Amino acid sequence: MARVSMKVDGVSYSDEVEPRRLLVHHLRDGLGRVGTPIGCDSSNCGACTVLMNGESVKSCSVLAVQADGAEITTIQGLASDGEWHPVQQAFKDNHGLQCGYCTPGMIMAAVDLLRTNPNPTEAEVRDGLEGNLCRCTGYVNIVRSVLAAAAAMRGESSPSSAEEKAGVS
Amino acid sequence: MTETTTEVGRRRTRKEDAKLVTGQTTWTDSIALPGLLQFSILRSPMAHAKITRIDVSPALEMPGVIAAFSGADLADQLGSLPCAWPVTPDMVAPAHPPIAVDEVRYVGDAVAVVVARDRYASADALEAIEVEYEPLPPVLDMEAALADGAPLVHSDKGTNRCFDWPFAGGDYEAAKAAADVVVSRRFIQQRLLPSAMEPRAVVVAPIAAADEYTVYSSTQIPHVLRVMLALTTGTPEHKLRVITPDVGGGFGSKLNVYAEEVIGLVLAKRLGRPVRWTESRSEGYQATIHGRDQIQDIEIAARSDGKVLGLKVRLLADMGAYLQLVTPGVPLLGAFMFPAIYKMDAYDFACTGVFTTKTPTDAYRGAGRPEATFAIERIMDELAAELGRDPMDLRRQNWITHEEFPFETIAGLTYDSGNYEAATDEAMRMFDYDGLRREQAARRERNDSVQLGIGISTFTEMCGLAPSRVLGSLSYGAGGWEAASIRMLPTGKVEVVTGSSPHGQGHVTSWSQIAADALGVPFEDVEVLYGDTEVSPKGMDTYGSRSLVVGGVAIHRAADKVIEKAKRIAAHLLEASESDITFANGTFSVQGSPDAKMTIQEIALATFAAHNLPDGVEPTLDSDYVFDPENFSFPHGTHLCAMEIDTETGRATMRSYVCVDDVGRVVNPLIVEGQVHGGIAQGVAQALYEEAVYDEDGNLTTGTMADYLVPSAADLPTFQTGRTETPATSNPLGVKGVGEAGTIASTPAVINAIIDALRPYGVNEVPMPATPERVWRALQDARNGGGAK
Repeated sequence: MARVSMKVDGVSYSDEVEPRRLLVHHLRDGLGRVGTPIGCDSSNCGACTVLMNGESVKSCSVLAVQADGAEITTIQGLASDGEWHPVQQAFKDNHGLQCGYCTPGMIMAAVDLLRTNPNPTEAEVRDGLEGNLCRCTGYVNIVRSVLAAAAAMRGESSPSSAEEKAGVS
Repeated sequence: MTETTTEVGRRRTRKEDAKLVTGQTTWTDSIALPGLLQFSILRSPMAHAKITRIDVSPALEMPGVIAAFSGADLADQLGSLPCAWPVTPDMVAPAHPPIAVDEVRYVGDAVAVVVARDRYASADALEAIEVEYEPLPPVLDMEAALADGAPLVHSDKGTNRCFDWPFAGGDYEAAKAAADVVVSRRFIQQRLLPSAMEPRAVVVAPIAAADEYTVYSSTQIPHVLRVMLALTTGTPEHKLRVITPDVGGGFGSKLNVYAEEVIGLVLAKRLGRPVRWTESRSEGYQATIHGRDQIQDIEIAARSDGKVLGLKVRLLADMGAYLQLVTPGVPLLGAFMFPAIYKMDAYDFACTGVFTTKTPTDAYRGAGRPEATFAIERIMDELAAELGRDPMDLRRQNWITHEEFPFETIAGLTYDSGNYEAATDEAMRMFDYDGLRREQAARRERNDSVQLGIGISTFTEMCGLAPSRVLGSLSYGAGGWEAASIRMLPTGKVEVVTGSSPHGQGHVTSWSQIAADALGVPFEDVEVLYGDTEVSPKGMDTYGSRSLVVGGVAIHRAADKVIEKAKRIAAHLLEASESDITFANGTFSVQGSPDAKMTIQEIALATFAAHNLPDGVEPTLDSDYVFDPENFSFPHGTHLCAMEIDTETGRATMRSYVCVDDVGRVVNPLIVEGQVHGGIAQGVAQALYEEAVYDEDGNLTTGTMADYLVPSAADLPTFQTGRTETPATSNPLGVKGVGEAGTIASTPAVINAIIDALRPYGVNEVPMPATPERVWRALQDARNGGGAK
């Protein structure tokens, strides 16, 4: 067993863990942070993406011991003071999710993408989210969501908030 | 864009999303119960073998292990997994033990189970179990499996033939004799892995002393599961409660009764403690049903002027090693759809189900209809090429025109409504069909190394499963109705209970819109309850694009009953005759007395108080309705795809994709578009990326997400969606199903586009998925004088 200390969504934890324990299992089973799901066992799907010291990682590909001393942000810690992060809001506004299982990872990956590229093109969003798989949306509205979030975070009004288009076209 | 005051038709963002974008979800694997144990399953590494020795006792020595069992240890309690669709009276239906007892029949077949204190301990303990196998020959090729003397998957059955199901309308041989042109093709519908993002999981919590069980499962079908668990294990139905917490997609893969659900129930019963199982992705790729896997021999007969006379279809459908819940029925759902939107004199269909030593197949998004649509839309292009006709013109000549609805097809279905001309015209306009044809001609003219192809798919499908009597006539084991309840609460808020259990489709939002309109209450005042057999005791669940056209209509009808009763109470309270009461926008008014009115919320409170109700009226403003549709739903549309093919490398790149779907009246355009987007992506994935591959020993070599290529955002373009609205006449909302439409339509559009690009080179077939290598090989073969005939 190894002692591992980390701050997760603003709370400090210190636990004895097996050295082989995956970070995602530590988050889910050890700390009860079950908002981060697991979608595969080969690091392909990205559903378990979290921020580690501000950068996105697939938490199934990090050992808990490797996160010793790190600051982890999960989907459950993304909102602050009850205010959703603009990416969360954009996913709702643009119907960027259906079943929602890939959504925590997709949102966390998008947050990191926009940190490094605040004004991406559609192609850059598509390439940037290559490591996150969704089976429901065909990615059309995920890409829209990320572009809308980028615009909002730059202080521009979103061109296409879905709900405002009330009415039958 | 016109303003609307009704909820139906609004682009409402979803009520579901708040929990999903904040991680406040309860997936089955997230459920924590006091004393919860984890079970893991040891799976066969052999495609086909006798189990000559099995010893689970070493696992019991491992730390944290509570129990370990072989199939033989639990056989009496586990029973046999159910197949609800005996498609013919003489169908071969082998026993399907949830854990194999003496023989394994596919890689992934369960052979033992371990229960331990946590998931690491249970996974570790599997390695201690000792199993010895005596290999038997794998059965991997359907045609070889049907040959005399072939090795048998189930030796006690004496055959690998599961069933033969013939079906005909008209006289095909006469039609063929009258034809000038007959085109034949063989199409392969490759095996696919549904790949819902949430792996399956099961938790069973017992109250052992009372022999009562709560089963949490990542399933599409809590109600069907409850009935089937009762029948399979002998647990009394009323002692079983099934809950579907948040469910992360299904696409048919969770439309089943799985071994792990039965094993979990039996373990909970035996140990008296709650147990959980969660599949890993690579485990699920072996142990969760696969889709498609058909060999299609298609023949179309036509006159030289292009008039289609008849169609002949011969299918081999791979069942896999066992029959799951509706395995044999999947090709039947396609059987009626091969004639599609076209008029013809004769149709001759026959399907043979075949056992192989592979994971069982079952319903995967579209279930039979994508296969049928692919075949007819591909062969229409081949017929057009044979006749030297534009493929769209040939379709126009043969399709049912909008004046001809309702139309009885040669397959015996009655299409209630549609307008193929309108959808096609709009799609061609959005796509710039003529402009792309000009560009295609120019590229051909200059012998461009990158050629352009245009693919057409003018599809319809049958969904909204289904009229119970029709299901009965097809020997399906249950009905096709759906249940709804509405409860007006004392404060005027509304609870809607639906039997259709969602897993991403947005039922809560769409059902709120329907109920808000029907009851005249705010959208925000409606809550939708589902997914728990105690909360929603009746239901047929979610599959076959049925939720809105059956379950949504049930809500509409249930609301009518609430209004009917409220009107009676309003008349009493307003001291008016019931015939003088009108209802609009949530208010009951007395005709001729503008001030005499009450809102539905006021009626709800007065009903709750029950101080002054008409004699004999019960003090509730609730209703139940079970809707059994009179017909299937027949959405349709025109999908157009432009592919650029690099003739030197074989790389096929999607340049644009346009679709115009007609799904009748649209409740929520935002949700409908999302369904279409996702459906298209799955159909495109079949065309270009995905294939479950077995090696010659019967190993699934695409057993992880690293090998099985679910497309990412980088692999797909933005799909342009449009729509026309031809209301259904078979239900009072005018709605049609949309959940599978995109998947059904898109695969042939993509392949037709690739072949359209390469037809001048002599290419008339590219197997799916059309990888660069396969496209390149098709070009090389054609250049060397080959090509399918």
